[in-house]
Amino acid sequence: MTARLPSPPAPVLEATGIRKQFPGVLALDDVRLELLPGEVHALLGENGAGKSTLVRILAGIQQPDAGGMTLGGKPYQPADPAAAMQAGVQVVHQELNLLPNLTVAENLFFQNLPRRHGLVNRKELHRRAEELLAEVGLEVRPQTKVERLGIAQMQLLEIARTLWQDCRVLVMDEPTATLTPRETSRLFTLLRAITARGTAVLYISHHLEEVFELGDRMTVFRNGRHVATQELAGTSTADVIQLMVGRDMEHEYPPHVPREPGPELLRADALHPRGGEPVSFALHAGEVVGMAGLVGSGRTETVRALFGADPRQGGTVLVKGRPVRIASPKHAVRHGISLLTEDRKSQGLVLDMPLAANITLAAIGKISRGGVLRRAEENRLARQAVDRLAVRTPGVRHPVRTLSGGNQQKVVLGRWLLAGADVLVVDEPTRGIDVGARYEIHQQLVDLAADGKALLVVSSDLPELMGICDRILVFSRGRVVGEVQRKDFDSSQILALAYSGYTSADSPAPTNGDTP
Amino acid sequence: MTSVTLGRKPHPASSLAQQVMGEAGIGIALLALVAIFTLSAPKFATSDNITHIATEITLNTMLAVGMTFVILVGGIDLSVGSVMALSAVVSGDVLTAGGLSTSAAVLLAVLVSALVGMGCGLVNGLVSERWRVPSFIVTLGMLNVARGAALQYTDAKTLYDFPESFNRFGTSTLLGIPTLFWISLLMVAVGHLVLTRTVFGRLVFAIGSNEEAVRLSGHRTGVVKVAAFVIAGFTVGIAAVTYMARLNIASPILGSGYELNAIAAVVIGGASLSGGKGSMVGTLLGACLLGVLTNGLLLMGVSDFQRQMITGAVIMVAVVVDHYRGRLASRLVARP
Repeated sequence: MTARLPSPPAPVLEATGIRKQFPGVLALDDVRLELLPGEVHALLGENGAGKSTLVRILAGIQQPDAGGMTLGGKPYQPADPAAAMQAGVQVVHQELNLLPNLTVAENLFFQNLPRRHGLVNRKELHRRAEELLAEVGLEVRPQTKVERLGIAQMQLLEIARTLWQDCRVLVMDEPTATLTPRETSRLFTLLRAITARGTAVLYISHHLEEVFELGDRMTVFRNGRHVATQELAGTSTADVIQLMVGRDMEHEYPPHVPREPGPELLRADALHPRGGEPVSFALHAGEVVGMAGLVGSGRTETVRALFGADPRQGGTVLVKGRPVRIASPKHAVRHGISLLTEDRKSQGLVLDMPLAANITLAAIGKISRGGVLRRAEENRLARQAVDRLAVRTPGVRHPVRTLSGGNQQKVVLGRWLLAGADVLVVDEPTRGIDVGARYEIHQQLVDLAADGKALLVVSSDLPELMGICDRILVFSRGRVVGEVQRKDFDSSQILALAYSGYTSADSPAPTNGDTP
Repeated sequence: MTSVTLGRKPHPASSLAQQVMGEAGIGIALLALVAIFTLSAPKFATSDNITHIATEITLNTMLAVGMTFVILVGGIDLSVGSVMALSAVVSGDVLTAGGLSTSAAVLLAVLVSALVGMGCGLVNGLVSERWRVPSFIVTLGMLNVARGAALQYTDAKTLYDFPESFNRFGTSTLLGIPTLFWISLLMVAVGHLVLTRTVFGRLVFAIGSNEEAVRLSGHRTGVVKVAAFVIAGFTVGIAAVTYMARLNIASPILGSGYELNAIAAVVIGGASLSGGKGSMVGTLLGACLLGVLTNGLLLMGVSDFQRQMITGAVIMVAVVVDHYRGRLASRLVARP
């Protein structure tokens, strides 16, 4: 692209042929990135496209399996984050990396506190801190403890921290997630001042409007592959979305069998997760309903509130038409609602316990009499579940830790089937699961719907939702902004809906950490 | 570990590896100690000495049974020694009050002692659950509260003059083994059955491993955790009566430091302080190992100070071995 320019400046940073394999997932496949001095370069892609992996590689947190990088024409292979900083690549991560009990000044210069006779030279420290704070326009005293700052101030502090260091490349991962419009515009002014010195900024944001306002060029990733690198001028939002989503809808999902939805099994009426927005929807027997949206758009919060896993601010849940009280997971289980959490290992499974114990955990009444376990019954039911779901395991007494991700997911699914759940809420059912097992999980979900269960599937993988769902609810900024029927499925339209809540300038973009 | 205690027919590889690395490992260490002491201390393997060891480890075994429940749910109870003193002085008061027949007074004393222990355990559990305070801190507080209460209750005096038949029971033997030790073995057996055969025991292990997963499966995990502390309190109450029956006194300063011996027995027995891993059989073996070690070293003429150093070192070794044992066992299991 730069060949058309009269005299292309030499890139500050160039990465080519970067490949990174994680167990079961090829996160980056032969991607490239080129940053020119003084430009703001946007890195775009859907959740899971490989943006974060590339950032971690640039920051020295992870090493690529293949490919090379140059910084200022010299080979760049940071062994750890310290080496990356030393070389002049500064990264502002989404999560704040501040030390809350130390002062603003101490945080700013933590790696290199000015010293005199072996002791910290406070006068010098505070003088330098004041200069830096003035530069970013942060009005706090250097002596203030960081824990007393607001989130936005912390974010600016995080940015200020990179400025005194040799900064040839500044990577910003979702920097405006927590900033107000005024703070965002101050950040943009600051970034322009930084690029004026020749620093290249790699800017990652879901907020397309920001990208167009600030960026010079963009690189788009899709499914770990490089799709495009081009000038932002003359590109439209629709073009960008199309590049991000792609047009290749593969036949990698079970065939869809149209069914008349059965009776209503569950209705959420103005269900209001704490810190979120009220949401209403209904599920019918035999339906697979998807919840699409960006990470942090309120999907996980909604389903956790529905299940009673987190407290909610209000709203009514009706099971088969009757209002029920769900204040804890215990109540939800009693009413036949289940939740397969997005994080199986920390919230779903008891890893060191046998497969059988994990399968019966939500239906312990079925394998006990008077509080005493009936282990023969437990083994029988566990074996039944293993057969039904085709779990590959040496035996039902085997610890689940040793199973693969796909088989672990089947164990959790088996638990809820045994518990007799009519409504299965599945959060990111195939995250971290390899391609072969994915198809099996999808087939299981579709089969369950055919058996008359209602399924609610939360996924950041849009093709997955379009592959298995009958209809999709689209979330944006905590609200359901649209409902799309299967015949109208169109990834660009769904993605446009998902972004719709964030396109006005006064709204903060979602954070990328989908914290429950 | 858990699959051994929970599974009747575990997978062969996991069973063998985990048995050898788990309880059997402590068993082997215990046998080795017994062999060493038998050879080096002539008086060790006499029936008098065996009775003596059994007497010595009775209290710690009882306390360790309750402690196992607490440690399995990921907690710790530092208050058992002090609560034992409080249970003892309150129930000692009942015993010496007069006006009741001996057997009625003893029964009432046992009941009161158990209730005092369970009450303290309930407070420990409720405070740590309700306000999410680590049980380490709550029970550290209870350690002081109960000790102070015991001193206050008796005005720092020691109670004695219990019914003679009570003391006779406390020093009696059955088949050459102290009756009280049989009682502690009964507690181990019941504890083992509760842990391995009941829904409650299943939840204890599961909560210790992954509380959130258990909660999201529709269980009230707080109730189970509080119950573990109440069980620990119950065993403390029984231990207090045992102490009085044997020594015929109830002192407000008794039991100091007992909590650490109980914790040591549980940890040597293979339990993990982060919860979810351990067994009642291991705890019994741990208590035996500590008792045999103390007794054998004494008979060998090792000084008190050196004995303390050696016991401490054994605890450290047990924890380090445990660290490697877990990894080794899982490696052996993972191999197809």
